[in-house]
Amino acid sequence: MPHIELPADLPGISAGFAFRPETAKPMRELAHVLLHEPNSLTPGERELIATYVSSLNDCYFCQTSHGAAAACHLGDSDVVRQVKTDAAQAPISPKLKSLLVIAGQVQRGGKSVTARDVEAARRQGATDTEIHDTVLIAAAFCMYNRYVDGLATWQPQDESMYAEMGKHLASKGYRTPSVQRDR
Amino acid sequence: MAHIHLPEGLQGIRGPMAFRPETAKPLNELAEILLHAPNSLTAGERELIATYVSSLNDCYFCQTVHGAIAAAHLNDDEDLVRRVKADFHIADISDKLKALLVIAGKVQRGGKHVTAADVAAARAAGATDMEIHDTVLIAAAFCMYNRYVDGLATWQPQDEDLYRQRGKKTAREGYVTMSQEYLPQQKNEAQEAEVKGA
Repeated sequence: MPHIELPADLPGISAGFAFRPETAKPMRELAHVLLHEPNSLTPGERELIATYVSSLNDCYFCQTSHGAAAACHLGDSDVVRQVKTDAAQAPISPKLKSLLVIAGQVQRGGKSVTARDVEAARRQGATDTEIHDTVLIAAAFCMYNRYVDGLATWQPQDESMYAEMGKHLASKGYRTPSVQRDR
Repeated sequence: MAHIHLPEGLQGIRGPMAFRPETAKPLNELAEILLHAPNSLTAGERELIATYVSSLNDCYFCQTVHGAIAAAHLNDDEDLVRRVKADFHIADISDKLKALLVIAGKVQRGGKHVTAADVAAARAAGATDMEIHDTVLIAAAFCMYNRYVDGLATWQPQDEDLYRQRGKKTAREGYVTMSQEYLPQQKNEAQEAEVKGA
């Protein structure tokens, strides 16, 4: 049961967003810019970073919904599973691997990121904006994950619901709700 | 030295915010609503929550600037801010704020650490659902801001007076207004719109 009285029919972060629309607005906008708007990193790559960090933070709702969005962008759900279990061995570019290393360091704490981690990403072709966005995506998911779990939101284990959410997120982005009420 | 090439002369979060104004906008709007907009928790109380979490995350810039903003809201009581960081249980703050700081500390460790008992204790001390929500989100948001500031190894000069002065101004004007100091593009757009309008 959630720690506060949230709308009963909305899962995960959707419930927090409906409870407090004022804070939902910039939180949605931030996710939209970071994950959906045009970027030299593909949306699939950025969703993999979000999924990876959410999995390190053990947030079921976020890793499943963003994993579904990543799978939708990439047309492949195996790669999502591989990134979560062993990113170093996953069939992704060396650049994305080096950015996932940075994201993992940010998840532990900002100071864990070393000049060497950044140098390695740069050697694989990562630009300053890509490194910036990786750090901010990882940091932002340390917020979203804590928000979702810190309120003990309802997180149904319903694969088809997340698949549908993933489709919505991948096609429409984050400015509008991905879950309709009374579903 | 910062991990990426950030605009020079901007401390802490201002560097990456000026580097990427598109994300700076929602980041400032979120801080504005959580910390500065009217709320049943005072601005001083909310800044203390932000300062406490930033101190747990060992982020020098955030704990110093938000500590200064908190002090500005609390009759310049810098000692109270220090006490909250050192041991809030014995600081001169309300039982309700103490219970909310317990929740904030749990969120800092990870969302799942918050227990029903923590929430019941806050409620028994008079906290509303909205205040509990905002405490969780302030704590979560500072787990982001702190990582953003330290994850890019931003420039964080150890100059107490700089933070003190900025704290007073931010306490007065809020985050969105203050962001015009270092987001020149946004300011120019506003000015252009004004010129076009005139």
